[in-house]
Amino acid sequence: MAALAWATQAAGAIAPETIRDLAFGESDARGKAIAAIVASGDAQALPLLQAVLDGEVKTAGEDRVLQVKGDTATDLLTGKSVAPVPDNLDDLVVNNRMRRELGTALAALKLTAPERGTRLAAAKELQSNAEEDALPAISTALAKESDPEVKGLLALTQASIQLSSTDKATRLAAVKALTESDSGSTRTLLLGLLERKNGQYVEPDDELRAEAERSLRAVESRLAKGEMVARIFSGISLGTILLLAALGLAITYGLMGVINMAHGELIMIGAYATYVVQNLFRQYFPGAFDAYLVCAIPVAFAAAAVVGMILERTVIRWLYGRPLETLLATWGLSLILIQAVRTIFGAQNVQVENPSWMSGGVEIMTNVVLPWSRIAIIVFSAMVLTLMWLLLTRTRLGLFVRAVTQNRAMASSLGVPTARVDMLAFGLGSGIAGLAGCALSQIGNVGPDLGQSYIVDSFMVVVLGGVGQLAGTVYAALGLGIVNKFLEAWQGAVLAKIAVLVFIIIFIQKRPQGMFALKGRTVEA
Amino acid sequence: MAVSFVPLSTTAGVPHFAWLSSRGGLAAIALAAVMLFVVVPICNLVVPAGSTFHLSDYWVTLGGKIMCYAIVALAMDLIWGYTGILSLGHGLFFALGGYAMGMYLMRSIGRDGVYQSNLPDFMVFLDWKAYPWYWSFTDHFWYAALLVVLVPGLLAFVFGYFAFRSRIKGVYFSIITQALTYAAMLLFFRNDTGFGGNNGFTDFKRILGFPITAPSTRMALFVITAAALLGFLALGRAIVRSKLGRVLTAIRDAESRVMFSGYNPLWFKLFIWTLSAVICGIAGALYVPQVGIINPSEMSPANSIEIAIWTAVGGRGTLIGPVIGAAVVNLGKSWFTQTLPEYWLFALGLVFILVTLFLPRGIAGLWRRRAS
Repeated sequence: MAALAWATQAAGAIAPETIRDLAFGESDARGKAIAAIVASGDAQALPLLQAVLDGEVKTAGEDRVLQVKGDTATDLLTGKSVAPVPDNLDDLVVNNRMRRELGTALAALKLTAPERGTRLAAAKELQSNAEEDALPAISTALAKESDPEVKGLLALTQASIQLSSTDKATRLAAVKALTESDSGSTRTLLLGLLERKNGQYVEPDDELRAEAERSLRAVESRLAKGEMVARIFSGISLGTILLLAALGLAITYGLMGVINMAHGELIMIGAYATYVVQNLFRQYFPGAFDAYLVCAIPVAFAAAAVVGMILERTVIRWLYGRPLETLLATWGLSLILIQAVRTIFGAQNVQVENPSWMSGGVEIMTNVVLPWSRIAIIVFSAMVLTLMWLLLTRTRLGLFVRAVTQNRAMASSLGVPTARVDMLAFGLGSGIAGLAGCALSQIGNVGPDLGQSYIVDSFMVVVLGGVGQLAGTVYAALGLGIVNKFLEAWQGAVLAKIAVLVFIIIFIQKRPQGMFALKGRTVEA
Repeated sequence: MAVSFVPLSTTAGVPHFAWLSSRGGLAAIALAAVMLFVVVPICNLVVPAGSTFHLSDYWVTLGGKIMCYAIVALAMDLIWGYTGILSLGHGLFFALGGYAMGMYLMRSIGRDGVYQSNLPDFMVFLDWKAYPWYWSFTDHFWYAALLVVLVPGLLAFVFGYFAFRSRIKGVYFSIITQALTYAAMLLFFRNDTGFGGNNGFTDFKRILGFPITAPSTRMALFVITAAALLGFLALGRAIVRSKLGRVLTAIRDAESRVMFSGYNPLWFKLFIWTLSAVICGIAGALYVPQVGIINPSEMSPANSIEIAIWTAVGGRGTLIGPVIGAAVVNLGKSWFTQTLPEYWLFALGLVFILVTLFLPRGIAGLWRRRAS
């Protein structure tokens, strides 16, 4: 507030009369006052007009103009702060005409602001709702602008406004300029030019129409490219989510042959572990809140791994070699885990917040934004996959797991502690499910039913990929993700899902062992 | 995969259902028939409401519902207990039968719906002007009854043919049937599918002209369901005692050996699988008019797995076991959901675990152990 007062006094370019006109004048006088404020080039012009638009500027009596923010007020004529806030405040009525004038004035001011970010944001805003009265401001800004991105945006906006000009040359130039656009509103604009009514073109000029068609084709191909990129990205993103959910299953089912219907609930436990860590951070280390996720990763792994190992020791070990019974028993476990979570945390979904570095995204085109949270999950699952691969191929535990998988009796007689390996491998698979839960908590709802929605999908991935094959799991997950997203764009989400399930059912008929069948004697084991 | 089945083989063959044909077994069946066909109707309809011997409508409905479940459990037993194929999609066949019957019931509402239209309320709501083609003729009861048998039967036949031909078995088969019912659930949840979306069919008014909520109609449905249950028990008995039944048990215990002996397991499996689906469909058709609603949640994978646990609790590979199991689990369910709703899932989960760990032959198995 003090800085504001200082600036007003120091620059002094906005005359008190102008402010008085703005506050007390008639419509015309106000319009002139706004123009004068814009023309003044004062650094205070932008905050002042914004304050008027936001209703912070009020009049008190016949001669005082105050900016009121909560409990503090500043006299805009003298620049001094006023305390206490007077009682006889009147709102400065902003009618529609004035609102429009203020909007245009603010846009013009922002377009010439010294910060590149402000200019870019203003240009983007103008692009989405371009009106004719912004044209002079845009032209001025364009003349001054040096940044290529802002300049490009402004040129497009200018062109789209100029389309409705009466001068044919201007319009032709505008249509040509629009070729560079990659926004959906440009397409609508150009389509409008080519529209037909009662067999007659709305636009009588042939030359213009031909030009518009050429521009339209360019814009559409760019838009299609953007959509394609977005779709492939969301397909990969869905694929990595499926991969995370299915990787743990690839160990417990693929390598150990245990049908773990409670796998989804281990994912849920990982998500709830993340939720608990988040709450602890919020309570005890609010300053380091953004770091909670890093801390939640090992916690989620450990929580799910411990639960998994307990399940293995108490229930599943008694059912090795009886997959159908394992299926039923683990289903029972999943029911108990769901109800336990409901009893502890309540049946409602809980709130897991993204750390601030995960919000927002990378904009690679006007219509394509890749969210950071999805990118983070893609990177994360790549890391998990790599670690798992290293663990299985480069460590002693991995060697034991593979040995037990291939020939339990032989491994045992060579001194491999098979029971312990079973427990650890199951813990590993469960822990990875926990990691999946930690990742899923960042992009979806966290509730007791979280796991149920992933269990069918993750089994499909493992079955499709082929049992006992990590590579198969990876290909199946990514393939399913991308296929699903493309079908979704074509036929809607539900039908896409049904189509994928039917496809898998048919695929399994042809290749009952999955895409990557184990070769040799293990097949019939 | 040969190791994947519980070694039930020692109990396979004639002895373990011999009791059904023994004098005690016949007496038990006659007693059950008298109870269901005579005592229950009298206690419900004739005995006045204040009397100790009066059976309230609530119990009649619950009893009818449980008998429908028992039929489903019996169907599950034929395919899982006797043939060793665990289906996690039986809820789908049950629901399909229910939907087929539901279509007839929806059409017999006539103009008595909320919008007083010829179309069911949900179609009016979607602004549809006419019935879609697959609703044609469903206003005739016998056509709907045909659909009850044909739709689940055909689906099971086609699906089973391809699955068994590719020799998909064990857990693979289970998971694929689960995916099948899951896909169907998603399909039926859509409004555009034309089966009422989320809400399914409800608000039925009459069946074959009789008001559907009247006590006498209820009792008639109860008696028909009881007759169906006893009929399917008899059918099951005939099947498992026949040569066909012996082959099925042999497939369960050593499928490869059956093949080497010159049998083609495909047709045996396909027959029992399709029959099982049809029985489920009929159970669903009996269930819907008694419960008064059918919606896609009947197709959820969880429901189908529950069917398996009814059979497991009662005892696989016996005919009476699944009936007992369905009754015990569902009575437990309605007791828990009334008195301790938050503990029902704990109880059900424990049943799943304890039965598979400690009671692989179910309640019927306990009985047999004591008898020997």
